[in-house]
Amino acid sequence: MLQMSVNSSSNPTPPGAVERTLAQLPIGEAGVLDRLELPEEVARRLMELGFLPGHTIVPARRAPGGGPRVYRVDGSEVALRRETASHLILRPSKGHGKASGR
Amino acid sequence: MSDCHGCAGCAVAEAPSPSSRSARTHVVAIIGPPNSGKSTLFNRLTGLRQKVANFPGVTVEQRVGKAKMHGKTAPGKTGTQHTEVVLIDLPGVYSLNPRSEDEQVTRDVLAGAMPGIPKPDAVLLILDCTNLGRHLVLAAPILSLKLPTLVILNMADDLKSRGGHVDTAELANQLGSPVALISASKGIGIDKVFQFMEGTSAGTTSLAPARVELPVLQDIPRCRQWAHQVGSGAAYHAPAPPLWTRRLDSIFLHPILGPVIFLLVVAGVFQTIFTGAKPIMDKVQELIQTSGQGIEHLLPPSIFRSLLVDGIWSGVGTVIVFLPQILLLFLFIGILEDSGYLARAALIADRTMAKFGLQGKSFIPLISAYACAVPAIMATRTIENKRDRLATILIAPFMTCSARLPVYTLIIAGFIVDRPLLGHFFGAQAAALLGLYVLGFVAAVLTARLLKSSILKSERVPFVLEMPPYRWPTLRSLGLRLVDRSKVFLRRAGTVILLVIVVLWVLENLPVKNGQPPEIGDSFAGMIGHAVEPVIKPLGFNWKIGIGLVSSIAAREVIVGTLGTIYHKEGESELVGLRQALRSDLSPGGAIALLVFFAFAMQCMSTIAVVRRETGGWKWPVMQFAYMTFLAYLCALITNEVVRSGVFT
Repeated sequence: MLQMSVNSSSNPTPPGAVERTLAQLPIGEAGVLDRLELPEEVARRLMELGFLPGHTIVPARRAPGGGPRVYRVDGSEVALRRETASHLILRPSKGHGKASGR
Repeated sequence: MSDCHGCAGCAVAEAPSPSSRSARTHVVAIIGPPNSGKSTLFNRLTGLRQKVANFPGVTVEQRVGKAKMHGKTAPGKTGTQHTEVVLIDLPGVYSLNPRSEDEQVTRDVLAGAMPGIPKPDAVLLILDCTNLGRHLVLAAPILSLKLPTLVILNMADDLKSRGGHVDTAELANQLGSPVALISASKGIGIDKVFQFMEGTSAGTTSLAPARVELPVLQDIPRCRQWAHQVGSGAAYHAPAPPLWTRRLDSIFLHPILGPVIFLLVVAGVFQTIFTGAKPIMDKVQELIQTSGQGIEHLLPPSIFRSLLVDGIWSGVGTVIVFLPQILLLFLFIGILEDSGYLARAALIADRTMAKFGLQGKSFIPLISAYACAVPAIMATRTIENKRDRLATILIAPFMTCSARLPVYTLIIAGFIVDRPLLGHFFGAQAAALLGLYVLGFVAAVLTARLLKSSILKSERVPFVLEMPPYRWPTLRSLGLRLVDRSKVFLRRAGTVILLVIVVLWVLENLPVKNGQPPEIGDSFAGMIGHAVEPVIKPLGFNWKIGIGLVSSIAAREVIVGTLGTIYHKEGESELVGLRQALRSDLSPGGAIALLVFFAFAMQCMSTIAVVRRETGGWKWPVMQFAYMTFLAYLCALITNEVVRSGVFT
């Protein structure tokens, strides 16, 4: 029961599609979260804020001076550092239909 | 909405007997996620009838208040109507999974497992209805507790203006609890909250079973799905994105404008505290002086008159003078926090803070430490990582708190000529003050770096910061904050500081020689001052400053009162101000060294006490005190030597 979808994505990456992390997503482009490769505690905190597998996330803006980025997720805006965002893996943009299980 | 459902619920009544309920106070807990407007509602319901303490045994802040019922007695229950309800404000949480101390406390209080806190009779669950998909998740664990619960959908005005919608009657139906759509900041729909509390205190509200099955609480995706289903069942239509917030963010978080505005805000705040408060402070000063003289004329000359006028009146007066300045600072911090700008400031600051091993969230407590280290240290509770939190607690007292201002303003006004540097907006005195703020900040960040690379080494924790929409701060919330701060400050002026002043007065007037109080140099206080003089002489301080330093261990601003008493005692003409007295008695090197000493030393009993409480022992506060005093001494010594050698003249 406790083993949530932190690492439990069942969608294999379609061949040819390159996996991207949230940190690599350009500002203004939407991405669908696949999994959170983070310790459970951290992953839960992020999931409570809406970073859930299957949810769409849009990087809204970068903090001045290259600090954390603000992400639009689930009707609100949450700032994450790059090092955190790089552990949030997106679903490949190709093979979209196959990936949207939920 | 709420009442119609309350009646429907009566059918399955299981209400406790009225007689047992009236025997004790009626306790209602307020719970909600962060940024749901929980505190605004709490303030709205209790007004000034609230107090802040800690939950027993833990470091989580507990706010308890009383709400007066309007007296509209429920029919048939006249005998059991409570006129007052005790409200407990619980920490802001997203779930009840006991991971953080906040969540554990919330869980324990709701389960009645918190010693000394009665189990709540009812719950006010406050959710932000502009983001119901996320906030409704908290309803699941709360409703499963089976306590009478009012689900409060806050920010109703935002929902409406941004084109959102929710069918509250249907939501109530699904959840089996009454639902109230309110705006806590505008005071819309508060009567429904009172109605609910009147109902629960009279025992007329009872539980209805939820129509929807509650989800497995540990599984966040399932909880979210559940919330989504409940939301769509209640025809929830999320509002459009907050356009104004996005527009403002494109200015406040602009790559160039953002940092410029950030710096302007910080500089503007300091300039206003220093010059804007001055006319008010002069007025207060005048008032204290004339009233002191008035008392002096009324009473016959006696030792009692001397204690009252020279000791208590002028001593406490010199401290109260700084109230306008402190209130102004808290006003600014209140505006920044309530408007939502503080979160943007944390975002802008994160990169810099990360360089020192801290994070943007430390910025908020540290900026609060500019007002007072005590609330700042309490505010570190929002930092989840224990090591980051401890590091922030340990460096917070370096930030220039308002208690240092009395000392700074006294010395700066006495020793620094106010030349205009940037026109009339920025003078040499303001620059000196800003310099002292920078000095404290630099000491703080270097100490943080030292700590984080040695004893508090930890992996970087993820920085997660919610950006709340911008809002207009309400006068009510700002006003309550100011009243609260003045109470804290005046209580300190009235207790600790008063006590120190009286003790000092006694030390200054003993031993009695031939029925006459001694010269200040021959008194007990003078003896103490002379005793410490060899130690502080290298810093450029004489024995009088020594008495001041010893007394300021109670609280920094006490030194101003002490010096006021000492110099008055020496028979200076009443018109000769303390500044002038100091100018003739303290070398420029000693004066600047005194500023530096105060920038670094941990001269505050309240801070020591709060650090002990927050870190759970004496280890950290003792280390902190020793480190800060050592640093203060060393830097004051260097300053005095440098100024004396004339490098800058």
